Amino acid sequence: MQATEARAPAATREMFYNEALGDALRLEMERDERVIVIGEDIAEHGGAFQVTAGLLDKFGPTRIRQTPISEIGIVGAAVGAALTGLRPVVELMYVDFAGLAMDQIVNQAAQNRFMFGGQARVPMVLRTQGGSGRGNAAQHSKSLEAWFAHIAGLKLVMPSTPADAKGLLTAAVRDNNPVIFLEHKLLYRTKGQVPEGEHLVPLGKADVKREGTDLTIVTWSREVLFSLDAAAKLAEDGIAAEVVDVRTLVPLDRETILGSVRKTHRLLVVHEAIKRGGYGAEIAAMVAEEAFDDLDAPPRRLAGLETPIPYAQHLETTVVPQVDDIVRVAKELVA
Amino acid sequence: MSGIDRATALALYRVMRTIRAFEERATQLFGENKIWGTIHSYAGEEAIAAGVCAHLRDEDWITSTHRGHGHCIAKGADLGKMFAELLGRETGYCRGRGGSMHIADTSKGNLGANGIVGGGIPIATGAALTAKQLGTDQVAVSVFGDGAVKQGTFHESLNLAAIWKLPAVYVCENNQYAESLPVKRAFAVDDIAKRAEGYGMPGMHVDGRDVRAVHAAAGEAVTRARAGKGPTFIVADSYRHEGHYYGDPRKYQTKDEIEGWRKQFDPIADARAWIIAAKLASAADLDAIDREIAAEIDRSVAWADQGPLASPIKLPEDVYASD
Ligand SMILES: Cc1ncc(C[n+]2csc(CCOP(=O)(O)OP(=O)(O)O)c2C)c(N)n1
Ligand SMILES: [Mg+2]
Repeated sequence: MQATEARAPAATREMFYNEALGDALRLEMERDERVIVIGEDIAEHGGAFQVTAGLLDKFGPTRIRQTPISEIGIVGAAVGAALTGLRPVVELMYVDFAGLAMDQIVNQAAQNRFMFGGQARVPMVLRTQGGSGRGNAAQHSKSLEAWFAHIAGLKLVMPSTPADAKGLLTAAVRDNNPVIFLEHKLLYRTKGQVPEGEHLVPLGKADVKREGTDLTIVTWSREVLFSLDAAAKLAEDGIAAEVVDVRTLVPLDRETILGSVRKTHRLLVVHEAIKRGGYGAEIAAMVAEEAFDDLDAPPRRLAGLETPIPYAQHLETTVVPQVDDIVRVAKELVA
Repeated sequence: MSGIDRATALALYRVMRTIRAFEERATQLFGENKIWGTIHSYAGEEAIAAGVCAHLRDEDWITSTHRGHGHCIAKGADLGKMFAELLGRETGYCRGRGGSMHIADTSKGNLGANGIVGGGIPIATGAALTAKQLGTDQVAVSVFGDGAVKQGTFHESLNLAAIWKLPAVYVCENNQYAESLPVKRAFAVDDIAKRAEGYGMPGMHVDGRDVRAVHAAAGEAVTRARAGKGPTFIVADSYRHEGHYYGDPRKYQTKDEIEGWRKQFDPIADARAWIIAAKLASAADLDAIDREIAAEIDRSVAWADQGPLASPIKLPEDVYASD
C-alpha cells in the first residue's frame, strides 16, 4: 500500500546487534503468524545470547517454543514444520553443535527441493553463532561457514552490523529456502544505528563498507570490524583500502567483488575461519578466474591458523586475524 | 470379528495387491536394466502400509523410507508417475531427480521417502507440530524400519512429540533385519514397543502380517492423535520377502529361513483367506481385483515408458525456490 508513495528515510535507533536480531524476529512474528522460533533456552532465559529476550511475553510458549537439548530433533522438526506450512526460525546455541544436526541440514533441508523435483519448499532459518574471542575454547568457538557453503540448497548469511543483522534476518525469514544465519558471539554487544520498523536487506547483496582505490579487502562477520579498523590505520599511511562486506556468502554477490577488484587491482580476503578449505579460497579463485587480467598482484588470503581455538586469552588472538595482521598483509600486497 | 466391512476389506486388499504387483514389476524392470541405481522391495510388508494409511486423509502427512514404494502407493500415489520416476522420466514424481529412494507426493501428504535411516522421523514430528500450531486436526505418521529405532532421531523425536503432545504416530516396521543385522543382535529388549513407555506414550505391538491387526492398532493411534491426545508408537512385526536391495546375495540368511518365512509371512494370502472365510467377498471377486491391478500396472508402465527423459538440470531454480 505504501510502496508507491515516496517514503522519508526510516527513523533509526541505536541498538545492539542482538537487540536488532530480536527486533527482526518480533516484527516478522507480528507480520506472519506462521513464523515460530524454536530452540534451547529461548523462552524465559531469552536465549544464550539474549536475542529472543522479551519474545516469550509477546508471543507465548507455543510460538517461542523452547525445546529440550535435541539438536537433530529440533532441526528436523523445523524441516517438517517448514514443509507443511510454518516458517520456523531455529536457534542453535553454538555452530559447533551443528554436527549433531547436520543430517537434517544437509540431507533433508537443503536437498528437499531438488530431490523431490521441486514439489516442496523449506522456508526455515537456522540461526546460530560462532567465532572465537571469549575464552570458550575449542568446542564453542569455531567458524564453520565453509561447511555450509559447500552444500547445494542452503543460503548462507553472516551479518557484521546491527542494521545488517536486522535487515538480513528479515529477508531470511521471508525466503522460501533454508537459510543458515551465522552470527558472531562478539558482535552481539556491538552497537549501531538500525532502521526502525520494517527493514529488509536482500540476500545476495554485498556492501561496500568503506571505499578505497588501492586494494580490496573482502571479508565478513567480525573481521569486517577488524578490516575497517585496519583500513583506518592504512589511511594514515596513505593507503586507501576498500572494504567489501560479503554479508551473504551464498548466493555470493560476485559483481560487487569483481567491480571492486577491477578498480583497485588487488585482493585480500580476510576471515576468521581456518584458511585451509575456507571460503576465502572460493573468493580468491573466483577473482582469479574472472578478473585475472585486472590483478596487479596475486590474491592474498589472511585467515585462521589450522588449529582448534585455544583457551588462554593471550593465545586466542594469535590464531585468528587481528587488526595489525590485516594492516601488515595489506601493506605487503600494495608494496 | 474385526468389524471391517466389505468395502474396507476390499480397499485394503486392493492396496496390498497393488503394492505387491508394483514391486514385482519394478523388480522385473530392474532385471531388464531399465531401472538405474537400487531398489528396495516392500514385498511381504504390505499389510503395514495398507492398514496404517487406510486411516489417513490426503491432508494427513507421512514420512517414509528407502523401502518406500508401499507407503507411497497406500497414500494414494499415481502408479504411472512412480514408474516414470524409476525410469528417470520428466513425468516422474520428482522429474527423475529422486529415483526409488526419494519419491514424494506432496499432493497426497507424502513428504517423501528417505535415504537416511531415521531421517524422516523428525520431519514427521515437525509436520505434527504444524498441525498443532495451526489448530488443524491433521495427523503425521512416520514409518520406519527396526534399524531406525536405534538412531538418535528416534529418541529425540519421540520425546519431543510426547512432551508437546503432538498428533503423531510412529510406526516401526520390524522386518527382522536392518540390512544384514538381525533384530535379535541389535536390541537387548525383547519387545521394541516397550520403549514407548520411556517416552510417556502408549506402545502397541502388532502382527504386521495381519492387516486387520495393523488396521485396528493404527485406527486407535490415529484417532488418539486427531483427538489431541498425543503420539503413539506402534511396532508391526513383519518379514521382507526379498533381499535388502535388488541383488542382495542374502549371505546372512539361510534358504530354509527365507522359504519358511515367505510362506508363513504372506499378508496377501492371509488377507485373501480372511476375506473369503468372513464371506466379505468371493475368490472370484478377489481374482477380478487382481486382474484389474495387473492391467493398471501394464497401463502405468506403458505410460511411464512414453514419458520424455528427465530434463537437464537447471540452476539455480532446480535447487533454490525463487519465490
Ligand atoms: C543413516 C544411515 N545409515 C546407514 C544407511 C545404510 N542403510 C540403508 S538401509 C539400511 C538398513 C535399514 O534397516 P531398517 O531400518 O530395519 O529398514 P529395512 O531396510 O529393514 O526396511 C542401512 C544400514 C543409511 N541409508 N542411512
Ligand atoms: Mg528392518
